Amino acid sequence: MMAQLPYIAVYLAAGAFVVAVVARVLMWSRMPLHLRWELYPVAHEGSRAHYGGSYLEEVDWWKKPREVSLLGELKVMLPEILFLVALKEHNRKLWLRSFPFHFGIYLCIVSLLAMFGAGVLTALLPAAIEGSLGAAIQQVARITAIAGLGLGILGALGLLQRRLSASELREFTAGADLFNLAFFVVAFGTGLLSVILFDPEFSGSMAFFANLVRGNIEPTAATGLGAVLPTLSVVLLSALVIYIPLTHMSHFVGKFFAYHQIRWADKPNLSGGPEEKAINQNLQRKVSWAAPHIEGKGSKTWADLATELPSAEQKEKK
Amino acid sequence: MKSGTRLDDISKGHGPIGHLDLEAQAPLPPPFDKLEEEPPFSPLTEKALERFEQLDDTIAVSIPKPTSKEEEDRLVGLFLSGLKRCFSEDDNWTFLQPLVLSMEHCAKCQTCNEACHIYEESGRNPLYRPTYRSEVLRRIYHKYIRGGSPWVRGDVDLNWKTVARLIELSFRCNVCRRCAQTCPIGVDNALLAREIRKIASQEMGITANELHQDGSVLQLRVGSSTGMNALVFKDNMEFIDEDTSEKTGVDVATPIDQEGADILLIHNAGEIMSWPENVGAFSLLFNRAGLSWTMSSELAAYDSINYGVWYDDVQFARTALLHAQAAKNLGVKKIVLGECGHAHKALTVIADKVLTGELNIPRESCMPLLRDIVKSGKIEFDKSRNSFPVTLHDPCNYVRLMGIVSPQREVIDEIVPEGRFREMAPNGVENYCCGGGSGFAIMSAHNFTDWRHRVSGRRKFRQVLEAFRGETMDVDHPKYLCAPCSNCKGQLRDIITYYDAWEKAGIYYSGLVELIVNAMVDVNPGFIDWEWH
Repeated sequence: MMAQLPYIAVYLAAGAFVVAVVARVLMWSRMPLHLRWELYPVAHEGSRAHYGGSYLEEVDWWKKPREVSLLGELKVMLPEILFLVALKEHNRKLWLRSFPFHFGIYLCIVSLLAMFGAGVLTALLPAAIEGSLGAAIQQVARITAIAGLGLGILGALGLLQRRLSASELREFTAGADLFNLAFFVVAFGTGLLSVILFDPEFSGSMAFFANLVRGNIEPTAATGLGAVLPTLSVVLLSALVIYIPLTHMSHFVGKFFAYHQIRWADKPNLSGGPEEKAINQNLQRKVSWAAPHIEGKGSKTWADLATELPSAEQKEKK
Repeated sequence: MKSGTRLDDISKGHGPIGHLDLEAQAPLPPPFDKLEEEPPFSPLTEKALERFEQLDDTIAVSIPKPTSKEEEDRLVGLFLSGLKRCFSEDDNWTFLQPLVLSMEHCAKCQTCNEACHIYEESGRNPLYRPTYRSEVLRRIYHKYIRGGSPWVRGDVDLNWKTVARLIELSFRCNVCRRCAQTCPIGVDNALLAREIRKIASQEMGITANELHQDGSVLQLRVGSSTGMNALVFKDNMEFIDEDTSEKTGVDVATPIDQEGADILLIHNAGEIMSWPENVGAFSLLFNRAGLSWTMSSELAAYDSINYGVWYDDVQFARTALLHAQAAKNLGVKKIVLGECGHAHKALTVIADKVLTGELNIPRESCMPLLRDIVKSGKIEFDKSRNSFPVTLHDPCNYVRLMGIVSPQREVIDEIVPEGRFREMAPNGVENYCCGGGSGFAIMSAHNFTDWRHRVSGRRKFRQVLEAFRGETMDVDHPKYLCAPCSNCKGQLRDIITYYDAWEKAGIYYSGLVELIVNAMVDVNPGFIDWEWH
């Protein structure tokens, strides 16, 4: 069982992660159409984006083609995701800790993808993976894993230090926030130690992933600490992968929606356009707000409420 | 300021949990650089202290103290039921997704704090951090609605004091959303301040009188929050036309209720009452440009304000519908908003997901239209008439929140001599709020005006002084603060008055159209009269 545990943990983690992330994506994407609440600069505004301008700077903007630049979005999104540009610009002290933490995670993802890719090649085209290509992939996986785990640990320790020492952060820090960072330190720490002590060439890790891909649950020959530490590290890292999307650390999903459905969501609702149907559905929702000027009681719709006072007033006016 | 105001203080004790430490404020630039010479901050009266709940040294909402424990419990219950409704698709489809994202994903990194002019200019009062009210709200939600463990999301005690102070604290935010620009994750603390206001208004029936009874309710009942009915509106417009004609030497007649016109122009009625020269300048320019346009005397359609945008989605929707209905009744092709920031945002952007069918009439800002008029060549300008230092305030509502940045600058390029215009720093979408945003400019209960001059408006006044640095700061050297927004103008007028900045530094404020007409060759010189009212 001990020998099979790492395989089971990784399969479980992969499945749980995918399910949790898909559930998050579905949750955000199924929420009702909300009122516009964009915030400039909006990156896809093309030639106006650099100063924060929008299509609303045009007379009769609805008669003119909108300039929506995917390249503009990528030019903002990629540096933001990779280098945490907003944090760098507005909170340098935290960025010095948060950047290595996040970049370390990205490097670990690269390592995982390299190991997974090599595993797939081993299963499908074993000849292709032998020789220099296999060696190159192994080196990429090894270097990114060691660098990623190391940076992640440094970053997490830095964030812990900052959370505990800066009074403005300490006051807002809950027990779970500290646990989350400590979890990273321990899981990444066991992973790094396992690699350094027992798999410095990364051949064991590559073989493990090849087995994972093929469903070949093959116990390793190692014994003692050489078996316990790698097993522990895989279990802990798998638990971490399951844990992240269940917490507010799932902001890697939420951030996409925060940008694309709120901050940059400037698509106008043109008369007769596709959004009018969703808006009309919203206006038929029942209201329960209880204040005297509303008294929805779950029976009035938004459309009723929006029109009832004005029409009453108009009657009075006549 | 009580330097260590902590999160858990919100539920403790009976009095204020923070005090304004005027000595902790950074001095303003010259000639207002002596803290000890700044106008005094009036204390709250004994009567106010006795009757209303307190958060700090001022009162914005005037929440009466409950007379019994049962009453307190009832109000706390209402707050919780309102908070629960905020997460209902039916009750809060309007902002559900932005709310949940901001509630779920804050990393509590405090990055946003330094973007907030109120926090910074208060001498970094911890109570005014954008994160303070949001974190209290989050903790209440996770503990009392979701039943979560305080170990996961943090702890807070919920009692009547917590609720009353949180509502009051939601009125220490201008909802300018500058903090949201800096958030690495996209969390919006200004939105959460507005959601707290919504719970208070939509569930508990508590809000500032200036916004509700004397604001949106009055507008829906009479037609304008100024109390001006249709008859008075028409009389006032007649007077404005006469006055503008006499002053400019150009006959001005404002078309009213002209069916089939291309444009329905809606001003903030505050312009009609307090700054009629702005309304007259618009009429003159639109006529001279040969536009087909009209104003409306229908209910609420001669007042573009929509105070619901600051505190109540239902009042917001009611007002937006009236504006659209008036446009439909006149058969216009589009609505153009005059120089009023929140009206721009309310009707152009936010109402975009409310108006459908025949009511979905295109809306646009006056800024691009003014730019096109000025650059059309139909009107001749003499820049030398505007040969004085000019700076430009960027109203948050149509700059940061609508991306209308360039047109007003292109206008200034055409009508102000080279070297006379100087930008504030920062400007454009990174501008600072005037300090009157989200309703503050019209709120004046107790000593709240002192607070908005001394705290929320201080950064803007600092920016204005910095923009004019190097100029001779006296009344004989007039300087023009161009503020193309009614509420911003109200706030800036009040700050200039508070610091006596016209007499001491020659700082005058007005809108953009006044500056345009002042430079028109075929208009009598001196449209801007530099008379402090």
